[in-house]
Parts: sequence; structure tokens; C-alpha cells
Amino acid sequence: MECVFGLVGNDFAVVAADTSAVHSILVHKSNEDKIMILDSHKLIAASGESGDRVQFTEYIQKNVALYQFRNGIPLTTAAAANFTRGELATALRKNPYFVNILLAGYDKETGPSLYYIDYIATLHKVDKGAFGYGSYFSLAMMDRHYHSGMTVEEAIELVDKCIVEIRSRLVVAPPNFVIKIVDKEGAREYAWRESVKDAAVASA
Amino acid sequence: MSIFEYNGSALVAMVGKNCFAIASDRRLGVQLQTIATDFQRISKIHDRLFLGLSGLATDAQTLYQRLVFRHKLYQLREERDMKPETFANLVSAILYEKRFGPYFCQPVIAGLGDENKPFICTMDSIGAKELAKDFVVAGTASESLYGACESMFKDDMEPEELFETVSQALLSSVDRDCLSGWGGHVYVVTPTEVKERILKGRMD
Repeated sequence: MECVFGLVGNDFAVVAADTSAVHSILVHKSNEDKIMILDSHKLIAASGESGDRVQFTEYIQKNVALYQFRNGIPLTTAAAANFTRGELATALRKNPYFVNILLAGYDKETGPSLYYIDYIATLHKVDKGAFGYGSYFSLAMMDRHYHSGMTVEEAIELVDKCIVEIRSRLVVAPPNFVIKIVDKEGAREYAWRESVKDAAVASA
Repeated sequence: MSIFEYNGSALVAMVGKNCFAIASDRRLGVQLQTIATDFQRISKIHDRLFLGLSGLATDAQTLYQRLVFRHKLYQLREERDMKPETFANLVSAILYEKRFGPYFCQPVIAGLGDENKPFICTMDSIGAKELAKDFVVAGTASESLYGACESMFKDDMEPEELFETVSQALLSSVDRDCLSGWGGHVYVVTPTEVKERILKGRMD
């Protein structure tokens, strides 16, 4: 039921993820941030088993930071994607991580890029990608409306169209989404799309 | 569904007069869903040796990385490229190493050996080699490919005619297989040049 999707635009890449943390029939929280800022110019949007998701993405984040400390320069998006795939592939036949990843990044030399990394370590560079049941709807919307070189406004409009489709057509649709963007200025949160807010906690 | 049919693939290699052709489809899928339509299944090992890997995409990527590593080591030690027959033996050995936990791939190897004699072979996922004088096939569309190649193949085709034959065999076979298709990638290799062409077929 976890929905993650993303696309590459003119000079940026945008990813969106649902924000519900679910165990069986219970929604633990509806503002769980599943898009990690890997480093200044990279985003990891992850979906899958929650323990694996947090553990694995933090592991990748720390190793990417270590590389930068050791070598004085940051990893390119392609290098980070291949490293992530390598870790998933090594663990696959021992103790697999059940995490699907969309890695979005911006490099000065090559511009924006988006990498689709399956939980069984299939790596592919894509213009648009999605995971989960929501992918049936978001990929279809993106296939229809996406074109290369979209502006931020056009891309966010498309992301919103996908969110509307997921909300209206998926039976146990997640109510809230977070959208993050990465461009030459860096990786940052763009917006939340909330249709259900957590109840405010009464002050003591 | 079999693990070999998880991603979907189609590969064929054919022998011509002092040349060979190796072709693949372009679909990367996850069971019924199509993720990408520009997936590369065929990789160059060196100018006169090409390797196609069908089956599970993650294992194909891992196996490709291991084989390129081994070939680069060989080049450093022997100061020359590997002969296709030798490379086929290497692939077979690496696959059999994992006899009781195999890579879910079927490789297709095509190269120009001594005196520019074309060499093609395929093997199963545990390295059982299948040498052929005319054509070899692999992937989810292999049964259709066998039929198409058997009827269209002629001995001693020139590169242009070989390209036509391989393309028609590939496209007609993947059109009968829902898990492969979305175009084709054809490499025609002669002693003097490598021609890479992209086919547009039924995009469904």
C-alpha cells in the first residue's frame, strides 16, 4: 500500500511518497517521512518493510557521508545508485532487505537523474518511476502527461494529478503525501499534501 | 510464475559469413508491469565479443559485473583480449560455482574467434554449454525464437541480410510473448566494424 513515485524534469528531479506508517489494519502515524535526504544533492525515496527501510537508507546515508569525508568530494548520483544496488545485491542471498528505492539526484556535470532500484537489486536509470500499488495509477498518469524538460510547475501539477488518482482509485489509499525536489540548489522538501491531519495533542 | 520469467527477456545470436549478429528485446518488467522500455541486455566485453544475459535482471547485472572484472584481470595478465571460446568456458565455470544457489540467467555469447570465425553459444543457468553453428536463443520468448530462426536462417548470410533475418526473427517472436518486446537492439559485428541498430516493433 506504500506509494512512491518520481520523475525527472528540466533541471531537477522530484519524488513523492505517501506518509502513512501501517501495521496490518492499524495506521501508526500518518506523517512518516519516507524520503531521506541522502546528501546535499540526493534524495532516497524508499518503500517496503519499515524496519529495513529505515535501517538500510540510514546505512546508505552514512556510507555516502563517509565517502565524502575520506575523499573530499561527494559521490555522483550514479555512483551512489550503484553502491546502493551493490549492498542490496550482496545481502540478497543472505539476508535480503525488502526495500524498493527511487534515488533522485542532481550532478553539476550531468544534471538531474532518477534511478529505479528494486528490492532484488535491479538497477535502471529512468525518467519516471513508481513502486507499490499506487504505481499502477501514477505510472499511467505519468505515461500520459510526462514529457522531457518539464518545468517545476508542470511537474508538480503532474505529481498532484497522480496523487488525486491514487486517492480516488486505490482502495486503501494513503491520505497524505510528501513531495521533495532536488535541483542545482540542493535537495529539499517541497510540499506536503495532507487530507487527514493528526489530531492536535492537548497541552498539559 | 518462474523466477526466470520475472523480468522478461528475449535474446538471439546468429552466425553469418565472417560475421555474427546478436539481438535482444528492450523491455524491463516486473511480472505484468513494464518498468522501462530501454533496458540493455547485451554488453560488449571487447570489440569482438558480446555477451547477452537473459533471465532475472539483478543476477544479469551482478554476473555482468563479475565477468567484466574477470576479463579485465585476464587482459592485464595476458595483455590481450579473451577468445570467445575461452570466455564461454569462464562463464560456464562461474555459473557452475553457484550450482546449488544459481544465478537465474541464461547467457548468450557471440564473438569472432581466430581467423575471424564467428562463435556463438548459449548455456543454461548452471553453465551447461550449447554450441551451435547457426543460431542460439534464450529468454521467455525462446520457444518462438527457435521456430522463427529455424525457418528464416540461411547459411553464409552477408551482414545486411543477416541483420534483416535476425530482426524479423526477433520481432515476430517477441510479438507472441507478453513479457518481452518494446523494440529491439541488434548488433551486427564484422571483423572491421560493429553496427548497433535499434528496432521499432509493436510497443505493447
